[in-house]
Amino acid sequence: MCLGIPGRIVEITDAERKLGLVEVAGVGRQVNLACIVDEEHPLEACVGDWVLVHVGFAMSRIDEDQAAETLAILAELGEVQEELAAMRASGKA
Amino acid sequence: MKYVDEFRDPEKAKALFREIEALAARIETRDGKPLQVMEVCGGHTHSIFRYGLEAMLPEKIELVHGPGCPVCVLPMGRVDDCVALAERPEVIFTTFGDAMRVPGSKKSLLQAKAEGADVRMVYSPLDALALARDNPEREVVFFALGFETTMPSTALTVLQAEAEGIENFSLFCNHITIIPTIKAILDSPDLRIDGFLGPGHVSMVIGNQPYDFIARHYKRPVVIAGFEPLDILHALWMLLKQFAEGRCAVENQYDRIVPSDGNRQALEAVARVFELREFFEWRGLGSIDHSGMRIREAYARFDAERRFPLPQVKIADPKSCQCGEVLKGVIKPWQCKVFGKACTPETPMGALMVSSEGACAAYYQYGGGARQRAPVEAAE
Repeated sequence: MCLGIPGRIVEITDAERKLGLVEVAGVGRQVNLACIVDEEHPLEACVGDWVLVHVGFAMSRIDEDQAAETLAILAELGEVQEELAAMRASGKA
Repeated sequence: MKYVDEFRDPEKAKALFREIEALAARIETRDGKPLQVMEVCGGHTHSIFRYGLEAMLPEKIELVHGPGCPVCVLPMGRVDDCVALAERPEVIFTTFGDAMRVPGSKKSLLQAKAEGADVRMVYSPLDALALARDNPEREVVFFALGFETTMPSTALTVLQAEAEGIENFSLFCNHITIIPTIKAILDSPDLRIDGFLGPGHVSMVIGNQPYDFIARHYKRPVVIAGFEPLDILHALWMLLKQFAEGRCAVENQYDRIVPSDGNRQALEAVARVFELREFFEWRGLGSIDHSGMRIREAYARFDAERRFPLPQVKIADPKSCQCGEVLKGVIKPWQCKVFGKACTPETPMGALMVSSEGACAAYYQYGGGARQRAPVEAAE
């Protein structure tokens, strides 16, 4: 819930609701991008960006190396499986 | 340093341990007592135990595991309110998985579910909103909890519900806010904390500035830290450097994630939907002024507290629990009378045994390394 998990924005799926498909460790999930979109980063320009996702919301942009390192640590902490299981079980947003 | 090889960058970890040791040797402590550093965030607590950091630090540094696990600090009466909501036939009660096992005065949400209540674990408040969309004949209530890290997500979900005109969705709002909580800890008469490791993901939302009063008014240094073990070591080193140099400032070790002004969009959404409550009840800490959030009048129709009758009975913490003293660093978890006996992760009595991010549960699970120091301290 609090740690967040890194993922990569694959496509914008719903511009009006600011939703995008984010791939997190091989699992695709609809994520709200409202908190990382601003004048400098319009919605369409976010595709390809790595982000830290908290409970279905992208909260921060991160770089790719950082994303890989964070995922590895989360795996060691036992958080990745839990997070992915919750995402899968929750189904569509 | 038997665990140091587990670090992603063992060389860097070793160097940091060496530096921390050298700095600690230079620092004069009050009455020869160890320096107490509080990590406010439950994510930090989890990492510290997972990597056995505490046992590897010089004895001059004592870590105090603060109140930053929102699941742990939820009072029993609020869990009872959740159960009452979940047991209404028209309600689909949705929650993060973490909250399922938190004991109420009679039962947890997990037990209520086993008895037939429609309780569903969701990953995101957006999933709860989707359930409302798909089940227009039911009332979907989302159990909103967490500090500033999760507040923007529930605020944005309410704004989305409003935009779509969804009428059968509401929040049972139990969000708590970090600054008044730290202030309450600083104001407590038995306080001994010398400095703070600031929470990373709360700060990602609120930025650095809200902590300034801790350095300015209370003269305690703060270093905002990431949750990876090297982040925590690095932040501890930065904190010790401040002690050694007699400085007192708010510094940001986690600047790759934490912008100094926080996240503007997130803060705007939170400010639109939520306002401070006059006070909020915490497990283990009692009532803290302005520490909880509620939904503003303008969004009253999304507020489960306004829409449904709730028992709202205040249930006192069990008398034998000493969570408050553990939280403030007055005693260590294993010094509590019920630790590991009446209070275990399977049958938690106190707040800190409830979630794996709670200090007592972490000691219980990983306790070995950290507790080895106890007999040594006792012998001194």
